[in-house]
Amino acid sequence: MLAYTDRIKEIARALLTDCRVELVIGFRKGTVPMMNEPCFINSPDEADQLVWDSNCGINLANYLANRTEKIGIVAKGCDSRNIATHIIENKIGRDQLFIIGVPCQGMIDRRKVNAMFDGEVREVVESDGLVTVRGADFEKSFEKSELLQQNCSVCTHRNPVIFDEMAADPVDEQQGVDRYADVREIEAMDPQQRWDAFEKLLAPCIRCYACRNACPLCYCPTCFVDEARPQWVGKSQNPVDVRTFHFLRAYHCAGRCTDCGACERACPVGINMRVFTKKLEKDCFESFGWEAGLSPDVRPPLDTYRPEDPDDFIK
Amino acid sequence: MEHMGIEPGRLQFSWVSSAESTKFVKVVNEVSETIKKLGPNDRFVKKEIKVA
Repeated sequence: MLAYTDRIKEIARALLTDCRVELVIGFRKGTVPMMNEPCFINSPDEADQLVWDSNCGINLANYLANRTEKIGIVAKGCDSRNIATHIIENKIGRDQLFIIGVPCQGMIDRRKVNAMFDGEVREVVESDGLVTVRGADFEKSFEKSELLQQNCSVCTHRNPVIFDEMAADPVDEQQGVDRYADVREIEAMDPQQRWDAFEKLLAPCIRCYACRNACPLCYCPTCFVDEARPQWVGKSQNPVDVRTFHFLRAYHCAGRCTDCGACERACPVGINMRVFTKKLEKDCFESFGWEAGLSPDVRPPLDTYRPEDPDDFIK
Repeated sequence: MEHMGIEPGRLQFSWVSSAESTKFVKVVNEVSETIKKLGPNDRFVKKEIKVA
């Protein structure tokens, strides 16, 4: 991890010194443990702020939409797939970007860690696959694999799909992971159980829209939930409105979502809204053999027609 | 939608050309029959807020 950080700093510094980019988007240490924050670096001497460890779960592609300058961006597997999606959707040009690819080994689920201890977690240090969590009166080490975010534990695209320079050698992709176990669990339920499951899932939602704001796909100038004329969705805390927001947002991400987990990570009440997007991701994969963002040159299934597209649902 | 708990059959898709009047009638009859069997949709009805 330390080597990654040094290499990222080095590349960023060189880019800015040579004026090949105007800014570099990366991560710097956050003020609380397990929360690295995104940062925009404008001059070579600021490059030392950059870090890389297992707390860089935020998707940096979120900061690219509609930017006009030349940008260097630090990208792990999922970020790079979202960058590819941005390029497809004309939100940024490939020639504007210098992508610093970072092979990713998964991000730590900070909620999982916090839930394990009674006291406040003050420090989280990692070395050689071991993560040590320290508080005022406790200290415990874990294998990193025990603490991964759920989406990271089933990720099969850890290495960036597009990059200009890699910060390290590619890591081995995970083989034989069951990516859709959680979706199948819901599919096995009857309609009433499913309805209730989602009702329970969304009960704590306060509609702060943190999931939407953290999502790189949600770049609409006016989101459908903010629109007042016409007002598509009620603005209340009513379960019907909350549900409408969540499933419609998921639909907007169909065929685009890379399951980066930024939405779930950003949620202040810990709702796993990925069960919505994941179902659509699974459907896209099964119906069209599509995984989002693997190449900036292939048009996504929702804007292409193929005669063999499934149409059994049309009577 | 069905994944989320809407009853199967509540949401239906069909393709009817403006020249296919008989198909249109058939589809409408079939849909209304299925929906009547399912009964009223109360899933997306906002309930009055309960005040203690």
